[in-house]
Amino acid sequence: MATRHSRREFLATAAAGSFILAFRVGGVSAAAPAGTDFTPNAFIRIGRDNVVTIIVNKSEMGQGVNTALPMLIAEELEVDIRRVKVEAAPVNAAYAHPQVGIQFTGGSQSVATEWDRFRKAGAAAREMLLAAAAQAWGADRASLRAENGRVLGPAGRALTYGPVPSDPPLKDPSQFKIIGKPTRRLDSREKVTGTATFGLDASVPGMLIAVIARPPVFGATMKSVDDAGAKAVRGVKQVVAVPSGVAVVADSFWSAKKGRDALVVEWNEGPGATIDTDALETEYERLARTPGAPALRRGDADAALAGAARRVSAQYDMPYLAHAPMEPLNCLVSLGPDRCEIWTGTQFQTIDQANAARAAGLKPEQVAIHTMFLGGGFGRRAVPGSDFIVEAVHVAKAAGAPVKTIWTREDDIRGGYYRPMWHSTLSAGLDAAGKPVAWKHTIVGQSIVENTPFAGEIKNGVDGTSVEGAANLVYEVPSAAVDLHSPRSPVPVLWWRSVGHTHTGFVVESFIDELAHAAGQDPYAYRRELLAGKARHLGVLELAAQKAGWGTPLPAGRARGIAVHASFGSYCAQVGEVSIQDRAITVHRVVCAVDCGRAINPETIRAQMEGGIVFGLSAALYGQITMKLGRVQQSNFHDYPVLRLSSMPVVEVHIVPSTAPPSGIGEPGTPLMAAVLGNALFALTGQRVRSLPLVRHGFESA
Amino acid sequence: MTAFNVNGRTVNVAGDPDKPLLWVLREDLQLTGTKFGCGMALCGACTVHVDGSPVRSCVTPVTAVEGRRITTIEGLARGGRLHPVQEAWIEQDVPQCGYCQSGQVMSAAALLAARKSPTDADIDAAMSGNICRCGTYQRIRAAIKQAATRMGKGA
Repeated sequence: MATRHSRREFLATAAAGSFILAFRVGGVSAAAPAGTDFTPNAFIRIGRDNVVTIIVNKSEMGQGVNTALPMLIAEELEVDIRRVKVEAAPVNAAYAHPQVGIQFTGGSQSVATEWDRFRKAGAAAREMLLAAAAQAWGADRASLRAENGRVLGPAGRALTYGPVPSDPPLKDPSQFKIIGKPTRRLDSREKVTGTATFGLDASVPGMLIAVIARPPVFGATMKSVDDAGAKAVRGVKQVVAVPSGVAVVADSFWSAKKGRDALVVEWNEGPGATIDTDALETEYERLARTPGAPALRRGDADAALAGAARRVSAQYDMPYLAHAPMEPLNCLVSLGPDRCEIWTGTQFQTIDQANAARAAGLKPEQVAIHTMFLGGGFGRRAVPGSDFIVEAVHVAKAAGAPVKTIWTREDDIRGGYYRPMWHSTLSAGLDAAGKPVAWKHTIVGQSIVENTPFAGEIKNGVDGTSVEGAANLVYEVPSAAVDLHSPRSPVPVLWWRSVGHTHTGFVVESFIDELAHAAGQDPYAYRRELLAGKARHLGVLELAAQKAGWGTPLPAGRARGIAVHASFGSYCAQVGEVSIQDRAITVHRVVCAVDCGRAINPETIRAQMEGGIVFGLSAALYGQITMKLGRVQQSNFHDYPVLRLSSMPVVEVHIVPSTAPPSGIGEPGTPLMAAVLGNALFALTGQRVRSLPLVRHGFESA
Repeated sequence: MTAFNVNGRTVNVAGDPDKPLLWVLREDLQLTGTKFGCGMALCGACTVHVDGSPVRSCVTPVTAVEGRRITTIEGLARGGRLHPVQEAWIEQDVPQCGYCQSGQVMSAAALLAARKSPTDADIDAAMSGNICRCGTYQRIRAAIKQAATRMGKGA
């Protein structure tokens, strides 16, 4: 783990040199030593040409950090948001997450954790400029103001800046001109002209391309390899063994892939070769009948259940899921005797730097990571063991040349690091009026953080990421117990957009719907009553219901489903309108209400809700990774389908006005859709969906 | 040796005759705006125009485009002016991660070249071969309609 620096320390470090600033004031350019930019802190560089560059310490993977974070600085620095340049930060302690102490992107936290730091970075620079101008002009600081990239006051000349303000005054939110305004993305032009550079687009002189044969089952190792066929392929330069498999290194991707396909590899398959996901589902169900580690104990759930007027029980199952980002994984490594340079799209810079250093036999500070645009992340590019980066370092080391390792789509779908398979067994007791008096929930699924640097998340045998959204049961139930089993498996698992909420959102919001129907009550009214006093849950629930016209008539053959779920500090409710013809499902409309505290960029929030809904809908309809004899049964988008444009519902997003600190938006839109869909299908058909995806039950997407 | 025209420039490419056009564009011609997503014509990230028609370059052997006219995302803007589809994409704030958008834009541009006022069904048919994992479909539909209106007015 990197050393943590306080903001004060790194500002002081950044200011250790004495800068002479060429700052254009009132149209008069002042003299300054050649080549000096004004670098007030780690996040801002103002060039002699007055171009403001904002250094963003979070990875842009579509979620809009390259727009939202510059908005925070531009607001306080008083510069035009559309004219700033954005640069990806190198790996440095200055850019680490203020609480976690490492540089990474995940947990829907970017704006929440940088909300103060970025505004203060902008405000500090602004104050330095004002103080410098005041001194240069012999003017009263209070008589000057910053506006649109300029200090306004009497014409000035050379400016030096004074002491770095440690606690610059921030604007009153009533004065915001950028924050809270719908702001178009800063990176669209390069993304629609083909000039945005992703990891796959990186190159260096003399670069070779590698494609890797990895084992057919998880945990297997290489026994023998016959590489004669591969070496006969034109363009193939080398075949090298690496810990994760056998790499074919060639002068182009096509040659490397043809070479890889021509390899004959025998594997020591090991225990992974017996994995069968159908059998695993049975095993999880059996495990759920035994007590697990206690994740929640409220009252005496067993006694309350025994004494209840009515009891309702259900079991839910969810499969492994691949992230399938559009850009297949890739990593370019150039390795020298005392230096390793890496170009890739990653969410996990500090951890990758340490892991790459270990693989290269270097010190972390000898490893430079150039963060490229990420062609989607969704968690797959935040790997505690840095699988795709460490592997690429091994390839470059073995090949003795700069090598870009490229995964095919099949490598990605079959490569593991899945959202875990999950099972839930639930029982609830209702009183005579239908109100729940007891809630028992047993969860079974692999731990994501076990044996990683994040194992601290496991407390008293409970991985918090496995039970988030379930152990903090928000509904008013006097007695409740949540248990967790974390079976081990050679199948590598990972956080997948919204992590534990992906399963708890579905299960809790489906089961509460079951209880409402068992009680003979409207699912919206039932939730509302059980959320009494939970203002932010109620706020989104009521807003979504109202905007969707909950309870109003629908065209024949349509029904609504509703769900509400809080995650990553934000609150979300969604209402879906669904119809079904034969077994073909159409989702016509989704109304989404979100409370994510102060809305920094309403346009980004809407986009992230739309995207989260599509991501959740894809998984609910078709998403599943299954295994027979340890072999993954899916391989590409024909058998691991995702939503296409023709199935896209109309999505309406309503943002709750709030002055609470900003919270997550990248993930909170995802966990509800499966429950919304299942609840609507129940309203339509009387059939309750208790396992995903829906294609398991003969449904398809219209 | 295969000769063809890319974005107005004639090129000669040597090498493996079954190498897909996608990798010739990306590796031999350094036109990296066209993306690799699936290698099986399932996702549309590699869409380019061959004589004006949308083609999945990941499954098109380079020899199949001998003598043909290829337009890639880099060649869509003319004389420094963005194509109306690109402009609409920016105005509707379509991209998220952006990786699929070269292919989306090329499919949309081909659609509008063929149909001036596409219906929703036309858009479904033309665009459902292009996957966006970030879920930008609603904005894509809106942007196509906006571009169609603009192009109609300009005509």
